Amino acid sequence: MPEIRFGDHSLAVAEGASVLETLLSAQCEIPNNCRAGVCQACLMQLVEGEVEPPAQRGLKESWQAQGLFLACQCHPERDLEIRLPGVEAVRSVCSVSGHDRLSGDLLRLRLRPESEFHYRPGQYVTLWRDQALGRSYSLASVPALDGDELELHIRHYPQGRLSGWLYEQVRVGDRLQLQGPAGDCFYTGGDPEQPLLLAATGTGLAPLYGILRDALNQGHVGPIHLYHGALDPAGLYLHHELQGLATAHANLTYHPCSRNAAPGMDEAIQVACLDDLLGQEMGALQGWRVYLCGPGEFVKAQQRRCFLAGAGIQEIYADAFL
Amino acid sequence: MNNLYERLGGEPAVDAAVDIFYRKVLSDERVNEFFDGVDMEQQAAKQKGFLTMVFGGPHEYTGKDMREGHKHLVARGLNDTHVDVIIELLGATLQELGVGEADIAEVAGIAESVRDDVLNR
Repeated sequence: MPEIRFGDHSLAVAEGASVLETLLSAQCEIPNNCRAGVCQACLMQLVEGEVEPPAQRGLKESWQAQGLFLACQCHPERDLEIRLPGVEAVRSVCSVSGHDRLSGDLLRLRLRPESEFHYRPGQYVTLWRDQALGRSYSLASVPALDGDELELHIRHYPQGRLSGWLYEQVRVGDRLQLQGPAGDCFYTGGDPEQPLLLAATGTGLAPLYGILRDALNQGHVGPIHLYHGALDPAGLYLHHELQGLATAHANLTYHPCSRNAAPGMDEAIQVACLDDLLGQEMGALQGWRVYLCGPGEFVKAQQRRCFLAGAGIQEIYADAFL
Repeated sequence: MNNLYERLGGEPAVDAAVDIFYRKVLSDERVNEFFDGVDMEQQAAKQKGFLTMVFGGPHEYTGKDMREGHKHLVARGLNDTHVDVIIELLGATLQELGVGEADIAEVAGIAESVRDDVLNR
């Protein structure tokens, strides 16, 4: 059985257990969140030993070179000595430059990183309240259009320890710890004439808003269909901005839908569930590129449907909220 | 070209086959229940490995991997009839790509050779 050395601890790794599970079961305090290799909250650093490639998947090269790895994705076969990386190595500081309500329980947070910050619209960052509590949010901003200001769309969950704090206590001027960016759901150019399908529910719209404006700004000329679904019409929180963009760009069609919309309230809004609407209207996707963002269930179901409708597996970019 | 993998077109042919094969598998009600809830990108990567192997290409599949990877499915009822369907869909994929009968038979033969490992017996 391989052994992990961490501080004063020497821990045997049970069969099939990850480094994170091993440390947590020994009451070690390790920051963590998604436990699926996505949020990168459980970053740790090798002192001695080697990890398998899956433990470093998605980490930037300079981090891999420093021996950083994801504790939740690491199933060691040999002994390891590890530590928590210094905060300054993986997190940067930003200040809150905008804090306003988009609609209902949705917050638009604008942040200015205090050091150079490179990202692709549609990637995500992790915001930290303290050493151990962090949550991931997608970037709706576009560097070429929004300068060095980052934009996040945050739903306030009543029991949410991070969203509640951001919503109720954080104010313009406050300084926050930021980690990232990460994720591979972004516009890559390549074929400017390729038809694009962008579909999101709820705040899954945030990354798509970034990807959409990035594609238009880079001169994408192929047809773009953006679907946004929300339970209530108030959840179509960028309705007017997106209508404006669709008016300005002939190749963009915006399809808002809401199951609870009153018929006739707004002709542009279809009274429908997004899954049903996509099945009816987007039945043949050979040659399309697809971006899907939102809750895991929605994203998984649509990923499968879009694949069976003809989109290549490599052409479907899925960003599921965990 | 004597080598089956080269004759079939190498890695580009595998890439073309993955989408067609995976789509057939997900659409076939005799086997698709075994693919519910899996991560599709990871699954596509695994299928690329599988197709490379049955095309006679360079691969890292071992009997042990095959056994480990299907253990949980055998527990859920995976049996010979499902393996038959997969080999059938593999043949249909190759037919769609214009591969000749003799080569399809050779691919099916390689797939057949891992049947016992897949079914953990």
